[in-house]
Amino acid sequence: MTPALFIQGLRVTIGAGTSAANVLRGVSLELQPGEVRGLVGESGAGKSMLGRAVLGLLPANAAIAAGRIAFEGRDLLAMREPERRSLLGRRIALIPQDPMTSLNPVKRIGAQVAILLRHHLASSRRAALQRAAELLAEVAIREPERVLGLYPHEISGGMRQRVLIAMAFACDPSLVIADEPTTALDVTVQRQVLQLVERLRQRHGAAVLFVTHDLGVVAKICRTMTVLHAGRVLEEGETAHVLARPGHPYTRALLAATPRADRPAEALRPVPPSLIENLWSEAHQFDRLAAAGPA
Amino acid sequence: MRWGEIIRRLVLIPPTLFGVAVIVFVLLRVVPGDPIAMMIPPGATPADITRLRAFYGLDQPILQQFVTWFGQVLNGDFGRSISVHQGVFELVLARLPATLELALLALLIAVGLGLIAALIGIHLRGRRMEWLVDIGIGVLLAVPDFLWALILLLLLGVLIPLLPISGRIDPQLDISFHSNFYLVESLLTGRFDVADALLHHMILPALALALPFAALVARILKTSLAEAEDQDYAQIARARGFSRPEILLREVFPNALIPTVALGGVQATLLLGGTVLVERIFSYEGIGNMAIDAVINRDFPLIQGLVLTFAVLFIALNLAVDLVVTLLDPRLRHG
Repeated sequence: MTPALFIQGLRVTIGAGTSAANVLRGVSLELQPGEVRGLVGESGAGKSMLGRAVLGLLPANAAIAAGRIAFEGRDLLAMREPERRSLLGRRIALIPQDPMTSLNPVKRIGAQVAILLRHHLASSRRAALQRAAELLAEVAIREPERVLGLYPHEISGGMRQRVLIAMAFACDPSLVIADEPTTALDVTVQRQVLQLVERLRQRHGAAVLFVTHDLGVVAKICRTMTVLHAGRVLEEGETAHVLARPGHPYTRALLAATPRADRPAEALRPVPPSLIENLWSEAHQFDRLAAAGPA
Repeated sequence: MRWGEIIRRLVLIPPTLFGVAVIVFVLLRVVPGDPIAMMIPPGATPADITRLRAFYGLDQPILQQFVTWFGQVLNGDFGRSISVHQGVFELVLARLPATLELALLALLIAVGLGLIAALIGIHLRGRRMEWLVDIGIGVLLAVPDFLWALILLLLLGVLIPLLPISGRIDPQLDISFHSNFYLVESLLTGRFDVADALLHHMILPALALALPFAALVARILKTSLAEAEDQDYAQIARARGFSRPEILLREVFPNALIPTVALGGVQATLLLGGTVLVERIFSYEGIGNMAIDAVINRDFPLIQGLVLTFAVLFIALNLAVDLVVTLLDPRLRHG
């Protein structure tokens, strides 16, 4: 089966010349159709950068230095611009991180949802608005017709994230990149949003790359997971397996740093990326280092 | 802006105008020089001067003069011009349309040029050529309107005499108008040859007023466009398969328009104030030119009337700007 997303040896650098920094150092990742993959790692591990690279949203000073990104077997990096644009938003969708800033403040919700449908599916204005109401109903927004006429500042953050989720699934994508979609929400809203993503994914059969630093979220909805650190894949596999028997000491440290109700969290022991690079092949030495505690 | 806010602003207009009236009235009489000195013929006796001062009521205490004048103003009588011997209200009303047409034309030119410059600038964003646009805007902004008036006059009126350099329309032309809005009237009645002649006279002064303001509009709009383009909603639109022009037009521009109208609109008062000198340079018969004559002649009633007229225009402009900004930004509508 052709993977929904196939990333091979992806290297992304920020800056140029001698000051260039590698944010992704040869990341490979394969996502099967319908698979929900958690992409975890601490801040700066490069997990958001990976999602942005797939969507063509890298910041202006960042560049893809090497590697391949293929969507359903088609090379996204070699693709011509119009072809790529016809995939983005339609076959490949994004659920953004911050619902407060991700909707256009001066346009009504209805117009923002409808323009997507009109752009990608060539719907008429009326059909698009009608479909937009259905989509809002699908993400459990009450009185969808009324909400279509509202501006973003007139609805809550949780509502806005629902609207953004509805927009992500509007054109029936087969790959959804969820970039920490619950980070900016409070805990009760978080759970509802997760359930929503899970339900829509099942209905639409999309593969989801769920970028997060929250292992609890991964445990809840991701069947597989990838642990990223300093731009490298440290470990990947079935979520249950990785969480039960983390193979890499960094994953163990990450797990230990997760707050739980039954015990206090340990501080995540910072490991300099340069060390990781040297130690990647020498996991035992890393083990000793981590066991020695915070420096 | 909600209705309460609009009403609050409207209520504030009369006290504002009253304040302006007091300041102008007192300043004119405290500063040395009065209209009598300007009008007496050589050889007038001190008795003549005293009689004239009494005739115009200038011998009375300032407070007394103010009460008399303001009482008349409240009844719609702005007094008579001392130098032209006509009613101030009629004089100003006859000249105001010329200034309004000039200012409006300048505003249109400025917005057009500013829009084009800002769009070119944002198109070149991050490229080496962006520099050129910024420098061009900087130069236009650095030269004030009256200097542009002189430059344009010398360049296109004298060196390469393409355009007329004085007046509102050729004095030889015998054209009658029903109103003093010559340009608007000729356009509405389809007399395009007349409109063309009027525009030929207006283009240089309008351009002089427009160039610095165009640069201002361009700079604010370009900065606002760049700022809005970096916002999450614009970035995300890229990930939804929209092209950059589509995003700039649909997502970015409506947002960038808000600060541009808010800041640029208030600055448009500068353009209005600029008409005074520019009209003088091009002998354009508007209220700005009239104001300079009035000051030279120490024509107190006329100066007071003109200053109040400018004050009303400024207030109206500010109110209009706030209303338009409210229309553009839904977040302001609900307070």
